[in-house]
Amino acid sequence: MAKFKGAVVVNTERCKGCDLCVQACPSHVLGLADQVNSKGYHYSEMKHEDDCVGCSACGYVCPDACITVYKVKIQ
Amino acid sequence: MTTKDIIKPENLVYGKTKLMTENQMHYCPGCSHGVVHKLIAEVIEEMNIQDKAIGVAPVGCAVFAYNYIDIDWQEAAHGRAPALATAIKRLQPDKYVFTYQGDGDLAAIGTAETIHACNRGENIVIFFINNAIYGMTGGQMAPTTLEGMKTATCPFGRNTELNGYPLKISNLLAELDGTCYVTRQSVQKMASIVRAKKAIRKAFENSIAGKGTSVVEFVSTCNSGWKMSPHDSNKWMEEHMFAKYPLGDLKDTEKVHTEAK
Ligand SMILES: Cc1ncc(C[n+]2csc(CCOP(=O)(O)OP(=O)(O)O)c2C)c(N)n1
Ligand code: SF4
Ligand code: SF4
Ligand code: SF4
Ligand SMILES: [Mg+2]
Repeated sequence: MAKFKGAVVVNTERCKGCDLCVQACPSHVLGLADQVNSKGYHYSEMKHEDDCVGCSACGYVCPDACITVYKVKIQ
Repeated sequence: MTTKDIIKPENLVYGKTKLMTENQMHYCPGCSHGVVHKLIAEVIEEMNIQDKAIGVAPVGCAVFAYNYIDIDWQEAAHGRAPALATAIKRLQPDKYVFTYQGDGDLAAIGTAETIHACNRGENIVIFFINNAIYGMTGGQMAPTTLEGMKTATCPFGRNTELNGYPLKISNLLAELDGTCYVTRQSVQKMASIVRAKKAIRKAFENSIAGKGTSVVEFVSTCNSGWKMSPHDSNKWMEEHMFAKYPLGDLKDTEKVHTEAK
């Protein structure tokens, strides 16, 4: 079975720290940062990047279009 | 393979559509409005109708929708979006004309405009964000507020004896001969978002094919008004809102509207 590895980039300035992407990720990759952005929001970031499968669930549920998802097939 | 190796243009699978502007949306963190905006923008981009789409923005939290999706817009007076959309569509029949309205806008002050536009079978699309509350003005009871649900104007919960019953307005609209497609969708998880996007596309296609009015209701959250976290709001919506407002198609007729008469 083909395996995929993914990675996401969060637009941390656009992010409002709503936590929906964190909750949506089936692989528990994301978490809210200890730091805040210029609006004072704890933005989302990859906490366990090795576990990302590039499924895009985080991107779909993000109300503020902050997330870009990349994915590659690995043998 | 490291994260750096994966983050390359050729591996891109999901990102912000160019039709969403760089303006930061004013919505509260986690608000359903943002997801629906994104989906409408994605469909318009995928259908390549950016120059032919005209939105009519409501009064309500989505009053600034025109700042976020890069197409032509008009701003309507409260509840009057379907009337304005009627005029635009009749003057420019080759355009994809849609309204974007909350439950206060569509099902309270704008009830008459909504019903009559649907009854006339105007070839427009109505996007209806049902979050069961007046979000913008601070969380007052709406016609769609659930029985027992607490809001600023029914702090002990909606009492149906005093306040009447939650209005399933999409069911009413499905009864009208002018509507060709009435569906109820949601945007809280990936699978529902994929379905909602298909409904948006179908509605746009109906409007240009002259089939009549399409109504896409999005059962939504207003986490600020509901006084819950965005995630808890989604759970509460699934448990309570879906019971009163079940998802799925309420009407889908492939008949051409003029022939149906
Ligand atoms: C003529 C008029 N009456 C009342 C108002 C006050 N008002 C502004 S938004 C709104 C209701 C908004 O609720 P809804 O349509 O559900 O949108 P939401 O903010 O929940 O998305 C009301 C009553 C107004 N702006 N104009
Ligand atoms: S792409 Fe999927 S696995 Fe990766 S962070 Fe997003 S939700 Fe999690
Ligand atoms: S869903 Fe979007 S706005 Fe919310 S925390 Fe994640 S990236 Fe930020
Ligand atoms: S008040 Fe409610 S509907 Fe309005 S932006 Fe905030 S969460 Fe969204
Ligand atoms: Mg509302």
